[in-house]
Amino acid sequence: MENIFSIAVIVGILTSAIRLAAPYLFASIGESFAQLSGVVNLGVDGIMLVGAYAAFFVALNTGNLWLGVLAALIVGLLMGLLMSVISVTLKAEQGISGIGLYMFGLGLSSLLFKVTIGTVKTVNGFRPIKIPLLGDIPILGEILFQHNVLVYLAFLLVPAAWWVLEKTTWGLRIKAAGQNPAAADSLGVNVDRVRYVSVCLGAMLAGLAGASLSISLVNLFQENLTAGAGFIAVALVYFGGWRPVGILGGALLFSTVNAFQLWMQVLGVNIPSDVAVMLPYLLTIAALAVTMNRAHQPAGLNLPFERGES
Amino acid sequence: MKTRNVLRSSVVLVVALLTAACGGPAAPSGGTTAKFRIAVVMPSATTDMAFSQSMWGALLAIQKEMGGESALELKYSENMFKVPDAAAAIRDYASQGFNIVIGHGSQYGASIQEIAKDFPKTTFAWGTDVNTFGQPNVYAYTAAAEEGGYVNGVLAAKLTKAKLIGVTGPVEAGDAKTYIDGFLQGVAAADPSIKVSKTWTGSFSDVALMTEAAKTHIAAGADALTGSSQSVVGSIGAAKDKGTVLWFGTQQDQASLAPNLVVASQQYDWTGMLKEMIKNNKAGKLGGDKYVLQLKNGGLKIVYNSGYKLPDDVKKAGDAAIEGIKSGSIKVNP
Amino acid sequence: MPTETAVVPARSLRRFMFDWKDILFRAALPVLAMLAALLIGAVMLLLLKVNPFTAYAALINGALGSTYSITQSLVKATPLLLVGLGICIAFRASVLNIGGEGQIIVGALMATWFSLQFRAWPGWLLVPATVTMSFVAGAAWGFVPGILKARLSVNEILSTIMMNAIALQLMNLLLRGPLMDPGGITAGTFLAQSERLPEQVWLPRLVPQTMLHAGAIIAVVLAVAVYIFLWRTTIGYRIRAVGLNPHAARYAGINVPFYQALSLTLAGGFAGLAGAVEVIGVHHRLLEGITSGYGFTGIVAALFGGLHPLGAIPASYLFGSLLVGADKMQRAVQVPSALVDTIMGLVVLFVVGSALLSRRWAARRLAAAAKGQEVK
Repeated sequence: MENIFSIAVIVGILTSAIRLAAPYLFASIGESFAQLSGVVNLGVDGIMLVGAYAAFFVALNTGNLWLGVLAALIVGLLMGLLMSVISVTLKAEQGISGIGLYMFGLGLSSLLFKVTIGTVKTVNGFRPIKIPLLGDIPILGEILFQHNVLVYLAFLLVPAAWWVLEKTTWGLRIKAAGQNPAAADSLGVNVDRVRYVSVCLGAMLAGLAGASLSISLVNLFQENLTAGAGFIAVALVYFGGWRPVGILGGALLFSTVNAFQLWMQVLGVNIPSDVAVMLPYLLTIAALAVTMNRAHQPAGLNLPFERGES
Repeated sequence: MKTRNVLRSSVVLVVALLTAACGGPAAPSGGTTAKFRIAVVMPSATTDMAFSQSMWGALLAIQKEMGGESALELKYSENMFKVPDAAAAIRDYASQGFNIVIGHGSQYGASIQEIAKDFPKTTFAWGTDVNTFGQPNVYAYTAAAEEGGYVNGVLAAKLTKAKLIGVTGPVEAGDAKTYIDGFLQGVAAADPSIKVSKTWTGSFSDVALMTEAAKTHIAAGADALTGSSQSVVGSIGAAKDKGTVLWFGTQQDQASLAPNLVVASQQYDWTGMLKEMIKNNKAGKLGGDKYVLQLKNGGLKIVYNSGYKLPDDVKKAGDAAIEGIKSGSIKVNP
Repeated sequence: MPTETAVVPARSLRRFMFDWKDILFRAALPVLAMLAALLIGAVMLLLLKVNPFTAYAALINGALGSTYSITQSLVKATPLLLVGLGICIAFRASVLNIGGEGQIIVGALMATWFSLQFRAWPGWLLVPATVTMSFVAGAAWGFVPGILKARLSVNEILSTIMMNAIALQLMNLLLRGPLMDPGGITAGTFLAQSERLPEQVWLPRLVPQTMLHAGAIIAVVLAVAVYIFLWRTTIGYRIRAVGLNPHAARYAGINVPFYQALSLTLAGGFAGLAGAVEVIGVHHRLLEGITSGYGFTGIVAALFGGLHPLGAIPASYLFGSLLVGADKMQRAVQVPSALVDTIMGLVVLFVVGSALLSRRWAARRLAAAAKGQEVK
């Protein structure tokens, strides 16, 4: 049995962790936008599935990966609109609407897959691109700078999201709509419109998260490809205190645990795989229980806003 | 308050009943036609390039031989990896009067055990297993997958340059387990210094997980991979991605999935067994036997991929292993 | 503008309650939601070049076309009803229990372990004991998110979903280890299933050659019991009060977090019963896939039944028959059963989406009743 703490193994685990974090980053940062504006969207997993299918189907049939990405974004937008109509305009119970959206997305992606593709096929996904100079740094270069373009995008999303939320008027409006919609409304912010935009943005990123699974991480589509990753992404928003940096930390923690248990099996360490797979979920519950970041929770979260009602 | 709720659901039911009355034809009650009817329930798709396809392919071949649809009616339910769904399908086919109902999956055994009692005139066959539950209308079948595993192991041992081989298994059970046991013995017999690392994903159907496992093996340095179940398409995909990792297949000839990288596959051939079951059923015998596919009886075949240039000495070693197992001089223990 | 909390004289309120126009309107909404979902499903099929008429005909025929289908629908309706009852209790307290899948698993695990452990007991003792223990196990699985919500304000949707994943892995771990069928070990097959349960714990079959078992009757009896519990007991009243208006409830001295946790615990218990019933009534052992998605479908059924325990009875039958029809449709015309999952998702969206219309309608009617006028 190899030395499990050898450099090669640690590099391997961390490289896998960076790669595995991308879908969570896309979905979770997207969801944080929605939640900051006051809407909990639990349908993220369903959106990811339909986005993954769309990206895969288009990439499979056109050979163009970027068209696949576009397809995933469009699909995400459509599902985001559906969620917005139901929870913002029709002011439905957000939690249940999200679950309904999840069931819809799960069913739709399976249906479309079975009818249009039928059997598991692979596609030539995004290839790793080594960044010149940075990619040659020993150890760090391999871990950080030899990934495919979607992984890089996911990580760039973190500072981008921070900048939008902290340094632009839009960010201010989003946070106002979530923190105190009545006050925001009286100041001329169109709360419903802000929520629509945030939810749709979040949904588009969820679609992109799905694409990052099907045409970059595993390069295939199967039923229930995400296996609940979308729900983990929603939990990561709470865990990260609704801030991009916090979410980054949570996503990396989660994906490192995941990568760790995969490598342990390969190296012959005898952990029952079921226990290993359980770890991330236990971790998430513990995180939810002890998270002290609740101070940043938008006060108007999960409450529909009706003009004229106090 | 209760009135409204009973009312609303009843309205839908009434609508549904009315539509059903004008709806499609009722299910046929019994098979009184001379056409022979076989139904098969499978855990994965008929196009899975593995377990399910091997059985479906065999059934189609027999149908052609018997003269087509008019002589042999075939129906299948695929992707029944959830046992409760499969049980419902098996029971449904039996109640529709099929002559033979095949539960092609070791997880269906418990269901077959329950259902066969209720339908004494139907032949049930299931595998991979050897338990007929002492019932006269149940056949059990399995494949000595360890035999082909041994041969693949010998081939892989001779071809690996990194001296590290990866195994991606689904669940450590049934023919997945026996295949890998044989594979390990084959590798050890050819070159004991080679390291083989195994991972079990815990699922027959989760292809994404299998892909990740394969990628991890490759990242750890393996240059040859093997595995079984319908999720191996993920492992083969990972091998293709790397471009230099060789694949050894089982259950079905998998050469078409990676024409340059698949060295050989163990092919399950169920046609001999199926023909006997049909013959027996027509003569009045509905079950009670166990079948084992072996290299010796032609149920197992090693199919070399013509698209891969296999060095002569390696092929000789492979053929020698095949002959050894057939003659009994090489014993592979599952 | 008057809202639902306006005070109204008792006499006109009673007239409002038995207003047939109101009942029909409220009954119509889920039916319309279902029809709309089916319509969208048909459009999707058309886009996929599948004939929706053949598909739906096969669906309905599969659901109602034979004795086998009808009994099979009842078999599926049983766990749906049990899970749905739990959902009714929880949702009435405004607590969203998405943990049905995990609670079913834990109930099934307990039923398996308990009945195998005490296989020497006679049936009249073993069945009620097993069923009770399963309720307790499921309740415990609901209690954890319940207490996390009550004490630490943890979002119960997220925590229940995590509990689902943990329960699934726990079941895999046990089925591949200590609970594995010893027969499978000696035979070398190592299947992930438990030993066959002792015959005396099996629920009696009601119709020969079908899988319909006594659990169906138990479920209906429990539905009535839950109705009595929610509307005729103090605890039930408090649970509903917490759900309708937590602030007012707190003012009235009701311990809101306690009743929220309690409702989630009870919901878990009922889902645990569903797991037990599947194990001792249908399969006679524990195997993978035991939940069959009932944890989610039960939510849809409960919503469709108006979150009322008695409404849940026909609603579970309806969805049970949809599930059976979906399988048959897949077998007969090769249309994937995932179509029905999609339709169910749409039903949820439309039912909750129409709640606003329902509320506005109710507010108008209430205002009209307060003014003592008839509204056209």
